[in-house]
Order: sequence, then C-alpha cells, then structure tokens
Amino acid sequence: MNPPVATPFFFYLLSGTMLIGGILVITRRNAVHSALALIAALLAQAGLYLMLYAPFVAGVQIILYAGGIMVLFLFVIMLVNLERSQKERQFNKQWLVGIAAAGALGGLFITIYTKGKGIFPDRAMSAAVLSDLELNNTQKVGVLLYGQYMFAFEIASLLLLVAIIGAVVMAKKRI
Amino acid sequence: MDTMLHISTLHYMVLSAALFLLGVIGVLTRRNVVIVLMSIELILNAVNLNLVAFSHYWQGIQGPNALHGQVFAIFVITDAAAEAAVGLGILIAFFRNKETINVDEVNLLKW
Repeated sequence: MNPPVATPFFFYLLSGTMLIGGILVITRRNAVHSALALIAALLAQAGLYLMLYAPFVAGVQIILYAGGIMVLFLFVIMLVNLERSQKERQFNKQWLVGIAAAGALGGLFITIYTKGKGIFPDRAMSAAVLSDLELNNTQKVGVLLYGQYMFAFEIASLLLLVAIIGAVVMAKKRI
Repeated sequence: MDTMLHISTLHYMVLSAALFLLGVIGVLTRRNVVIVLMSIELILNAVNLNLVAFSHYWQGIQGPNALHGQVFAIFVITDAAAEAAVGLGILIAFFRNKETINVDEVNLLKW
C-alpha cells in the first residue's frame, strides 16, 4: 500500500502560501499585485482540495477561479484607470473600527474552536479507505449533482443567466 | 498522535477562519473596490475550504459516497462567478459615471 500523499509538510506549505497570499491581497497598493497574490492563494487552495481527496473540486477551482474569475478581475483592472487611486490613501477612515470588528470575530472563532475541540473527534482513516475515496470522485459528484441536487442545479443555471444579463446591462453604455 | 504530525479537520477549520478574517479585514478597511471584491472572493474560498474539509470528515462516517460538502462547494463557486461578473459590471458603470473606484466616494444615497 502506498503511503498517503497528504503529508503534514504539504499542508503547512500550502496553508502558508494561502495566508501570505491573503495578507498580500489586502495590503498591496497596486491592484494587479493583489490579483497575482490572490491567484497564488487560490492555486494553493486547489492543492489543499487534492489533499482532502476532492480532485474534481480542485480542477473546478483551477479552471474557474484561476482561469476565469481572475482573468475577469485583471481585465477590469486594466480597463479602469488606477493611476490616480494608487497615489491616494489605501485605507478608509473607519479602518480602526473595521479591524476592531474583525478582531472581535477572531476572538469568537478562537473561543469556539478551543472550547469545541471535542465536537470533531479525530478519525484517522486507514490507507485502504483513503485510496477508495479518490476512486471515481468525479462520477460520484456528478451522480449527486444530477440526482439528489437536480433542482438546486437548475436554479444555479437560472442564477447564471440572470448574472449574464445583469453584467451586460450594467456594463453597456446605452441599452 | 502528535498534533503537528497529523492533519485533522480542526487544522482546516483554523486555516479557514484565518482566511475568513483576512477577507473581512480587506472588505472593511480597503478603499479600492476591486480589492474589496477580491476580499469577498477570499471569504467565499474560506467557506469552500471548510465545506470540503467537512465533506472529507463526513466521508469517514457515512462512506465514500457522502460528497454533499463538495457539491455545495461547487454551488458556492457558481455563486462566486455570478457575483464577480455582476460586481465588476457595477464597478465599470460606476467608474464611467464618477471617474473613481473608491468605495467611500459612493455616497449618492447618503442623506
């Protein structure tokens, strides 16, 4: 039996990449640099999905986020003129209140996670079970998506249609 | 097992909470609308990471066919794509009218 690929080393490497990428996203002055840092964070997250035995979601993450949404972001950054906004201050007047609110939320997370550690007991899965998990993952997701979640899937297609029409209406000069 | 040498669901939850907080800080403090939208993407991705980690945990209980968290993550990605398209459309319309992309200058509705 092969040893599992999901070693702790890769978890800490990928999560470090994600956290550094996230910090760079919210601190860079140039929006293009933020977008590049976000791409790095999203690709590291795709690696974490692979570690969680979710290859289909990892593929969707790379194609849709790193390939689609980020291209859209870069396109808009190039379209709007950012020269002026780079020279201005980058944080708004309520930044102190914002950080205080985020700190309160962080305190809440820390309290819950330290007190509720026992709710999710650690279940180490055997290597045989783990190698079974990555078999036919895409097929299983597809069966769920087109079976049990058929209605939600149709609603998602409707949502995308509305988003297409909305984006065109918003961005068009004269309707 | 040693906590540093074994990756449990809680590890993923802590990472996800940290990313969520980074996204919240970005949304609340930045002025550039593009970066605010990117921070929203960070928040959605933190939630997705949690969903997939819980899906993996649930597979250990229910068997390999219990992939509901992954399906939910795919729906969240769909929503993120729709939100980015509409948000950037609004941003372009706003930039055409006011020649700025700072959120605190969006105050037409302010009394």
